[in-house]
Amino acid sequence: MSKILEASRAGALAAPARRTLGLGRLHAFVERESVFSWLMLTPPLLFLLAFLGYPFFYGVYLSFFHREVARPATFVGLGNFVTLSNDPIFWQAVRNTILFTAVATVLKACGGLAMALVMNQDFRVKAVTRAMLLLPFIVPTVLSTVAWQWILDPGMGLFNRLLVVSGLATTGPSWLGTPTMAMISIIMVNTWRGLPFFGISILAGLQTIPVDLHESATIDGAGTWGRFRYVTLPSLLPVIFIVTTFSIVITFFDFQLVYVLTGGGPANSTHLMATYAYSLSMGAGQMGLGSAVALSMVPVLGLLLVLLTLYVRKD
Amino acid sequence: MVGELTWRKRLFGLWLPLLAFVVIALFPFTWMAATSLKTNAELYNPKANPLAIQNPSLVHYIDLLKETNFLTWVANTMLVAVVATFISLLLGSMLAYPLARMRFRGAALLAIAVAVTYLIPQTLLFVPMADLIGRMKLGNTLSAVMLTYPTLLVPFIAWLLMGYFKTVPKELEEQAMIDGASRWRAMTRIILPLCLPGFLSAGIFAFTLAQNEFLYALLFLSKSSVRTVPIGVVGELIRGDAFYWGQLMAGALLGSIPVALIYSFFVKYYVAGLTAGAVKG
Repeated sequence: MSKILEASRAGALAAPARRTLGLGRLHAFVERESVFSWLMLTPPLLFLLAFLGYPFFYGVYLSFFHREVARPATFVGLGNFVTLSNDPIFWQAVRNTILFTAVATVLKACGGLAMALVMNQDFRVKAVTRAMLLLPFIVPTVLSTVAWQWILDPGMGLFNRLLVVSGLATTGPSWLGTPTMAMISIIMVNTWRGLPFFGISILAGLQTIPVDLHESATIDGAGTWGRFRYVTLPSLLPVIFIVTTFSIVITFFDFQLVYVLTGGGPANSTHLMATYAYSLSMGAGQMGLGSAVALSMVPVLGLLLVLLTLYVRKD
Repeated sequence: MVGELTWRKRLFGLWLPLLAFVVIALFPFTWMAATSLKTNAELYNPKANPLAIQNPSLVHYIDLLKETNFLTWVANTMLVAVVATFISLLLGSMLAYPLARMRFRGAALLAIAVAVTYLIPQTLLFVPMADLIGRMKLGNTLSAVMLTYPTLLVPFIAWLLMGYFKTVPKELEEQAMIDGASRWRAMTRIILPLCLPGFLSAGIFAFTLAQNEFLYALLFLSKSSVRTVPIGVVGELIRGDAFYWGQLMAGALLGSIPVALIYSFFVKYYVAGLTAGAVKG
């Protein structure tokens, strides 16, 4: 109580116009750290509760119902999950999502490290080069993916035209037409898009490594490889870990790339969990089943993140 | 001798790998541009050199602007991105400021809760979200995406801004309050102006993400006149199995240019935003 009085006296001194006792008290109340904080926090939290919290819990709720578009919902308990466990396409989508996320993330991390090491040298057009290298990451995914669809076109696309013109093949592969090639293609396009994020972030990490660390390693007789292995890489690990975690989450939830490039085909072979959830909900109108697929993404993603953490800890 | 050695080292250690990275990053865009400038006769002629343009023509651009609502989509995208970015910056800073600079009960828990929202799949949210938008009678209006994009952007912006807010020393605020300023005044007149680079980073990042968003736009905007560029290009330029590659590439290129232009002005802040979390974290 005395604290409030003190604060109110200070407030009254500061603002002589507010000498009225009621206003002064209100002022002191608002000036309290916790009150001020919660006043600020309430609008954004209400917004997030309405547009994130409510849909989330409603989505969880839906996954326990059999619900088709424009029909009343019936409670089925874990029925949707049982249906899914007997659905080969669901398991294919789970395998695809893990494979897609794991391979693309490893490629992006290795390529990004290489990009950062190349960019970490002194040369003249550095700022412009950095801006150009980031372009794949900032251009709307759908637009660049449509361009890739055209590049991968079996007949007149750039890749197969180049293969034929250069005489390396009489007809190029069907990049999006067979399950294996389609999977390779979506991983390739995702890697192309996400590489700059790794490259530029790791570059920023490289620039924070103190020069004297390298110097003392050189004095101790370390060569280029030794400096990289014992100075650069350990200093970069925290940055790589954070960027990788972030990228795993984004890649895991990727929807638009597969939706545009293959639509989950051929024959459902490239469905990710996100695109399968969408096609069940919107295509087949099975909203409960679709929500169950989407909800299953949470533990799978959790598993991937735990594995990553364990792997880093072990090192 | 030494000169030759470093010259070689520069070539193989710097210029050649750099060239490879730049070519990989840019060739889809040059292929986009080349395609959009060729006539259909040249585009689908297997004997023509795929890398050269024999008769450059703007026919695809003219068709794109005449036959589709492309310019409306560009305007919609810009409007949506600006409004969503503005709402997100406002709500995000209201969330980040107390979390970064105030001591109160539940702060740690709240910070974790905000981070965890990243792990909620958008595909779980969209069915209920469509329900919500329908009940608010916002289907096929730009307000639908202006309201839903901030749910994707606010947690991210709050997280990014927290890093900036933390860097301003607490003494500045205390000094201002000793001089008689209220908390609100100390915040708006002293702390927030110092964090302007943070707002620019978060803003440009949110802006590019909002331009990029696809799933909610796909669900909520089915009328051509309210579509954004990504959804318009995929929904109306791809017609069944027949692809209009020339027009599609013209649309993809024109749709990319505004983002690329805005980004090129703010590239410094964009990179700062991109790397802030990674390096500081």
